[in-house]
Amino acid sequence: MISIKKVSKWYGAFQVLKQCSTEVSRGEVVVVCGPSGSGKSTLIKCVNGLEVFEEGEILVDDVSVGARHTNLSKLCSRVGMVFQHFELFPHLRVIQNLTIAQCKVLGRGKQEALEKAAKLLEMVDLSEHAQKFPAQLSGGQQQRVAIARALAMDPIAMLFDEPTSALDPEMIKEVLDVMVKLAQEGMTMMVVTHEMGFAREVANRVIFMDHGEIVEDRPKLDFFESPGTDRSQQFLSKILSHSG
Amino acid sequence: MYEFDWSSIPGALPFLWQGMMQTLQITFVAIVVGILLGTLIAMMRLSKNQVISTLAAFYVNGFRSIPLVMVLLWFYLLVPSFISMLIGHPSMDIRLLSAFVAFALFEASYYAEIIRAGIQSVSGGQISAGLALGMTRRQTMRLIVLPQAFRRMLPLLLTQAIILFQDTSLVYVIGLREFFGYAYNTGNRDGTLVEMLLFAGAVYFVISFSASLLVRTLQAKLTS
Repeated sequence: MISIKKVSKWYGAFQVLKQCSTEVSRGEVVVVCGPSGSGKSTLIKCVNGLEVFEEGEILVDDVSVGARHTNLSKLCSRVGMVFQHFELFPHLRVIQNLTIAQCKVLGRGKQEALEKAAKLLEMVDLSEHAQKFPAQLSGGQQQRVAIARALAMDPIAMLFDEPTSALDPEMIKEVLDVMVKLAQEGMTMMVVTHEMGFAREVANRVIFMDHGEIVEDRPKLDFFESPGTDRSQQFLSKILSHSG
Repeated sequence: MYEFDWSSIPGALPFLWQGMMQTLQITFVAIVVGILLGTLIAMMRLSKNQVISTLAAFYVNGFRSIPLVMVLLWFYLLVPSFISMLIGHPSMDIRLLSAFVAFALFEASYYAEIIRAGIQSVSGGQISAGLALGMTRRQTMRLIVLPQAFRRMLPLLLTQAIILFQDTSLVYVIGLREFFGYAYNTGNRDGTLVEMLLFAGAVYFVISFSASLLVRTLQAKLTS
């Protein structure tokens, strides 16, 4: 479904991604972790073309992301993305946040878009907030709206860029619960996160990145049970030492 | 001690009213065209294409570096020959037409800068979010960025409109009669220039000051 082949990217002389390769198959949940500045967010943003890369190839459902003739907007409409800072549209009501792209990008009728939006708001348990503006919601609620907004496009895969790292601790669970539900329903997901509990519960594979490289790419059990590289051990001990 | 004589004002009111309509007409046209053109220029200035952004920068810096009075005079001298070249003799007052053009183009340069700042105040994450939903760059600009930018800019746009409203008095240099022109001429004719200009000043003050109070209320509402 998502195939990343030897992708490299530079910011000027600084190389942020070094020959990154991995595969995400249909229905798979892959967690990407690593220290800050390791390039994990950059990698995931390359998948839907928000970041350009200089070398390598990324195929999403056999469409090449970097190729010149590719219609990126069309590709984006099929891949959902959830951002660290939610990025809901503050001038639109919650329900409009969910319908605008359905209508303007997919060309759905208003009624159809509204029905779809209502169904998804129910799924993330926010039906009663449909007429509010994003600023009237808590961070956790906003992020759930953002997930629903992405799902409204009927994506073939979902990308999550640190979806819980801007949230207060007590709101993290409500967002993760929605993501777990999605994973269990068989959504193909690529998730940049430090939530190892989430990784243990639903991930198929865990990718560990450091200094722009994919250092480890292993099945979940393998990653957590058997020691890998020193770097990943160090990282895990750091982020797990307080959360248990 | 100077003896004020206010007696000629009531008789002049119909003319002054007519003048005020002319003033508002010029103000209105300049606001509407200025904002539309200003938006276009602001987006050109933000364009990644060097040629386009340089052209826009040239426009903005050019108009902002010339006194409005001169722009008015230039267009008064240029527009008639240009129009008659295009469509022959227009039926409309040529002075009014050149005032419309001059004010609209001049204001566009000021609006462009306000609008550019407004567009830049919308975070890059919002653009990413639009693109990630499959919107084109154009759709993202129109549906996501501009509506937010205009909301933030509204107080500044209105403040600029108030300045514009006062600046329309400058059209007297091309012999066009609007509110100030009527006040001046009537005052001159009746020998009550001081009273007439005091009265005109008071009218400008009342309108401009109430408008700026309105802007302040609006601003408070928008930031709450």
